Amino acid sequence: MITELGHFALILALFVAVVQMVLPMWGAHIRNHTLMAVGRPAAILQFLLIAFSFGVLVRAFMQSDFSLVVVVQNSHTLKPLLYKFAGTWGNHEGSLLLWILILALFGASAAVFGGNLPATLRARVLSVQASVGVAFMLFLLLTSSPFARMDVPPLEGGDLNPLLQDPGLAFHPPFLYLGYVGLSMAFSFAVAALIEGRVDAAWGRWVRPWTLAAWLFLTIGIAMGSWWAYYELGWGGFWFWDPVENASFMPWLFATALLHSAIVVEKRESLKAWSILLAIIAFGFSLIGTFIVRSGVLTSVHAFANDPERGMFILMILAVFMGGSLALFAWRAGTLEAKGLFALVSRESALVANNILLAVSALVVFVGTIWPLVAELVFGRKLSVGEPFFNAAFPPFIIALALLLPVGAMLGWKRAQGGRVLRSLIPALVLTVSVAALVYAMQTGRSALGPVGLGLGLWVVLGAVTDLWSRTGRGDLRDRLARLARSTRADLGKAMAHAGFGITVFAISALLAWKTEDIRVVQVGQSFPLGPYEITLQDVREQEGPNYLTTIAELRVTKAGAEVVTLYPEKRFYPVQGMPTTEAAIGLGVFRDLYMVIGDRQENGGWAVRSYIEPFANWLWGGCLLMAFGGILSLTDRRYRVAAAARRPVAVVAAE
Amino acid sequence: MIRVLVLLLVMLANPAWAVLPDEMLTDPALEARARAISRTIRCPVCQGESIDDSAAPISRDLRLIIRERMVAGDTDAEVTEFLVARYGEFVLFRPTATGVNLILWAAGPLMLLTGIGVAFATLRRRGEEAEQDLTEAESIELARILDHRPD
Repeated sequence: MITELGHFALILALFVAVVQMVLPMWGAHIRNHTLMAVGRPAAILQFLLIAFSFGVLVRAFMQSDFSLVVVVQNSHTLKPLLYKFAGTWGNHEGSLLLWILILALFGASAAVFGGNLPATLRARVLSVQASVGVAFMLFLLLTSSPFARMDVPPLEGGDLNPLLQDPGLAFHPPFLYLGYVGLSMAFSFAVAALIEGRVDAAWGRWVRPWTLAAWLFLTIGIAMGSWWAYYELGWGGFWFWDPVENASFMPWLFATALLHSAIVVEKRESLKAWSILLAIIAFGFSLIGTFIVRSGVLTSVHAFANDPERGMFILMILAVFMGGSLALFAWRAGTLEAKGLFALVSRESALVANNILLAVSALVVFVGTIWPLVAELVFGRKLSVGEPFFNAAFPPFIIALALLLPVGAMLGWKRAQGGRVLRSLIPALVLTVSVAALVYAMQTGRSALGPVGLGLGLWVVLGAVTDLWSRTGRGDLRDRLARLARSTRADLGKAMAHAGFGITVFAISALLAWKTEDIRVVQVGQSFPLGPYEITLQDVREQEGPNYLTTIAELRVTKAGAEVVTLYPEKRFYPVQGMPTTEAAIGLGVFRDLYMVIGDRQENGGWAVRSYIEPFANWLWGGCLLMAFGGILSLTDRRYRVAAAARRPVAVVAAE
Repeated sequence: MIRVLVLLLVMLANPAWAVLPDEMLTDPALEARARAISRTIRCPVCQGESIDDSAAPISRDLRLIIRERMVAGDTDAEVTEFLVARYGEFVLFRPTATGVNLILWAAGPLMLLTGIGVAFATLRRRGEEAEQDLTEAESIELARILDHRPD
């Protein structure tokens, strides 16, 4: 009964969304305040209905209600409670409902926090947001309803894919979706502004926090996914340039570009048309990402929901929204006049360079991702594009970005003195070059990748520090430190996010360049060396988990006779799905991870053991978190809080 | 009894592992070359895994072929050609820069140049518009302001 109520609530939400799509837009057109005002309660009601519907589905999973098809296919009574809960979105139908829930959440937030928006803009934003909701709710209800019942409920379900039964992955989709779907806000603002025919500094200021929020969730989501791949897949890798990974990475790159171009709109009223286009494209790539993941059109290790029919539906949604908004852009972009002029050497130009590099790098990923499809459909060549291509084609843009970043971040607006900025960066440059050269000299005979990555990372981090320090002006050290402590959150956030980017660049290079790998057969009781470590296979035993059987190895790691850590890698088998998984054991360290995987028993009675030293692995995710944290700081900057405090009176004025 | 059966199932369902110790060559230089190649070869039956990562039996066969050819004295390029001749260019994770694939490889640099070109042109045009001579009305207005400046 409750399940039917959930289904009904979802259908009701669709009708509310249709009303929210039509009335406020029409109201804004004929300047009717009553009609425009419909948007706000409708957005909130739509969210509540979908939240109820989602809650019902969660309940069904938690209670293992096997009268529902999705629950039967994706759950099992023996599954730990956390994964029963997370299993709600571990499948096509549930994850789509989560997508729609988050879409409605952003719509409702815009309704609640958007009091300071001009009435017509708010009405149009909510209307565009609702139109996306209508499309996806139709998709869900028509092609993949999560509330379909079984005729004869079975006693037991088919269980969730064991690879997904992991805390890292359980909460990876919600973050990713908060990011993907969050970009719908930027899209709605862009389309609304095009209909309005007006983009000004205020538009930049409204759009930026939404983009920033979406971006920081996307950053965390991607980092979580990469972390999951690192410890769960058991290959010691962290990024595979898999189509599904690329699908989340492309919107991230465009969102990063938009984040920076929106600054120019906000501060200088320039790059307006470009920012609008970026907002449309960023959300377009979110839709493309959803399409890639949901249709399985590009086969990939993640494709757990392949269905071409559903793919066609999403392709149609994509065509309508992108085609419509780009046509609107072509028609109206001319009306957006640029105000702020700037010289070739200026912050604006630097941000343009940032945008070009980020956009082109995203397009390189896009071309590489769809090339196999194009080559087969158009040229009849069946080929693959994988890691070696991306590792060659993508990094040059990031290297250029990292080289330019410290300089660009310190250039003044409008017309800057490049010489002065370069002079202030001399200490950072000297330190960077000497450290990189020292490391290069120390690591005889290895590739230059490590030192170059270290140099780039250090350059960006020191650049961020120099930037922050130079803002404290002149005077003695104490005054400057005091001013440093009073830096605005926007400045601190910027420095932190940039430093996080530098650390991530360094960690990726270090992992690629300095990793140590060892594969061998080991008898129980035998030892082998791994770099400076000595590893002993103490024991291998069989055990039973809640819903799996496992083979656990005990590996003792020592360094020069001293105990370092004892690791327990596992090889699990999930009988319900008949699927084995490897559970790597990782000894976390500040400068390196020890990464151990146990394999099969060999004919001679020994065990296959793979072990890695992964240098600076934690710095990778640390760098990503630092980026996200920089975003949070920037999001809580005074100018947004002040705007929030001033909301009430403005809302009253707007309503008059 | 059931446990024994399940354990048997474990054994049966467990696929071979990616790169097994028994297939590795004793010569570290040769083995390193073999690993480098196997990282760029796609497993023909898996979903986007390289034969280096894949546990499928065919990946193991391919890894063994690579090592056989290397021991026989083939260069890296010859090994790759051998695999392509047998399994098609589908197995190459790094597509060759030939024919239409040139579009793929040139896409990045071309888009970058286009981006820079468009940005420069736009900035130049905007700069020129800004430096255009004043209209007649503006000149008169400017002269009026300058004439009446307070001393």
